[in-house]
Amino acid sequence: MLSKKQARAFFLGGTLVTFLIFIGLTIFSFSKENDQTNRENLTAEVVRGKEIWESNNCMGCHTLLGEGAYYAPELTKVIDRLNIRYDGNGEEVIKSILMSPSPWQLNGRKMVAYGMTEQEASDVVAFFNWIGKIDLNGFDRVISPLAKEKINK
Amino acid sequence: MKYKSQKVAYWFFALSMLLLVLQITYGFVMGFARIGFDNLHEFIPFNTARAVHTNLLVVWLLSGFMGAAYYIIPEEAQRELVSVKLAYVQLISLALVGVTAIVGFHFNIWEGRKFLEIPRPLDYLVVVNVLLFLGLILTTLFKGKRQTTTALVLSMGLLFAALLYLPGMLPFDSQVTDSFFRWWVVHLWVEGVWELIMGGILSFLLIKLTGVDREVIEKWLYVIVGLTFLSGVLGTGHHYYYIGVNKIWLIVGGIFSALEPLAFLAMALFAVNMYRKGEKKHPNKLALYWTLGAAIVSFVGAGLLGFAHTLPQTNIYTHGTLVTAMHGHLAFWGAYGMIVLAIISYSLPNMTGRKLYDSSRGRMAFWLANIGMVGMTVAFGVAGVAQVYLERKFKMDFMLVQKEIAIHFVVLVLCASIFATGIILYIIDFYKHGKPSDEALEINE
Repeated sequence: MLSKKQARAFFLGGTLVTFLIFIGLTIFSFSKENDQTNRENLTAEVVRGKEIWESNNCMGCHTLLGEGAYYAPELTKVIDRLNIRYDGNGEEVIKSILMSPSPWQLNGRKMVAYGMTEQEASDVVAFFNWIGKIDLNGFDRVISPLAKEKINK
Repeated sequence: MKYKSQKVAYWFFALSMLLLVLQITYGFVMGFARIGFDNLHEFIPFNTARAVHTNLLVVWLLSGFMGAAYYIIPEEAQRELVSVKLAYVQLISLALVGVTAIVGFHFNIWEGRKFLEIPRPLDYLVVVNVLLFLGLILTTLFKGKRQTTTALVLSMGLLFAALLYLPGMLPFDSQVTDSFFRWWVVHLWVEGVWELIMGGILSFLLIKLTGVDREVIEKWLYVIVGLTFLSGVLGTGHHYYYIGVNKIWLIVGGIFSALEPLAFLAMALFAVNMYRKGEKKHPNKLALYWTLGAAIVSFVGAGLLGFAHTLPQTNIYTHGTLVTAMHGHLAFWGAYGMIVLAIISYSLPNMTGRKLYDSSRGRMAFWLANIGMVGMTVAFGVAGVAQVYLERKFKMDFMLVQKEIAIHFVVLVLCASIFATGIILYIIDFYKHGKPSDEALEINE
């Protein structure tokens, strides 16, 4: 029968080994040849867009890369999606929603009116464009069925 | 209660209850918004309600864990807490930081990173607060007459929880890297070190409630926390499937996530077996309800429902849907909410001297809260599965789907009302115990 000492060794040993593997895999996935985070296309605009995204807690309603609050649409492929719906004017539509002084409420669910400047809205669009080009191991096709149809055409 | 300083736990538990009520209130705001009654939008938009709801969850649980530590560590180490005054300073500062953060959320002051919305300057205060807490607990433990496994596992959990807060404070330009390290905090907390805390509290309660030999209980405690880390650390991979990192995580995350329910199964079997084995029947029936309940519900909520959507083949459809909310609610409730309520139920009569061990109100609180939470989980589950099919399989527009599934949120709100009734009854019971008193010293021994 297992002794307390053996049980402790199992706990400490198992933790140490799995943690080392975890660190190793982290280094592996961010190494240059395995990186798929679209890091090379990060621009100052994109970074500013990310800051706006965070400082307004957009993730508190929307999802991005599948992470967020499921109250408002997934935005990973939002530009593709709106381009199809609004004849290629996806970026303009997003900017007008962000710059609007009154709450956007398509289909009844209200979004906070942020009244952003043109520059801020463009930064957010740059951020969405950057996000849209990340390799998501196939998830992008699931969340963007319209984009998928476009790809298949 | 054996040591006067254990009384400080009472006030951490009281803060915990207060924050839990607030958390539930904001949950209702969100539930109603999803049905279409978003009348508070101007003052409490959904993203504010959501940030308050999840952050209050973290703070009330942490306050509960801290209270548990202040109660358990003196008893295990067999000495008074090194400084009661500093413990009160820590309590007040914790409450102040928490309240400031939550008020800030109403004025668009936050970091906007899921679960870690607290703005950066307050992060530093959290670190100072937790360091003070750890200082008090660890000094008491190591100055004490004995260092038990239960106390060590509990303290180790608290220490690692503090250390793991740090990766969440690293600044990254890339959303992917940011998210990657955010999970080091969130996942390694809830599916890692918090389970040490839960295991430590569970072990303490089982020793007290069942009378089974400490050596036996603590041996199994090691096995359980061993299984937790063995599966949980690499199980972090299930958050990395579809956020923009290498495919290797699909394999590693898939395999180790599938093993994660084992730790919870072991915990449930362990608790039930120790209860059966125990010859001592402690009169505090309510504490026993909550203790066994925590072990069993955490297996269902965290173990089974977690497993239900961590396989990569399933997760590609359920990632970023209400299915996550289904798992999240029952998992947090079972694993952490219930264990905090268990230690409160056990320690309150000991601190106040009022032996309200078993009452119909206490039992109703247990059953209503649990039935309500299971109902909410089912409502989230049905809404989530419907969302997956309509939105991701049949390609319907997000908002049209939301209208279709709104009815499930009516059910959710009804079940949440049952849950809230249970919690209110629990708090009435808490209040009826009265204040902690030195007269309660050794009253149960």
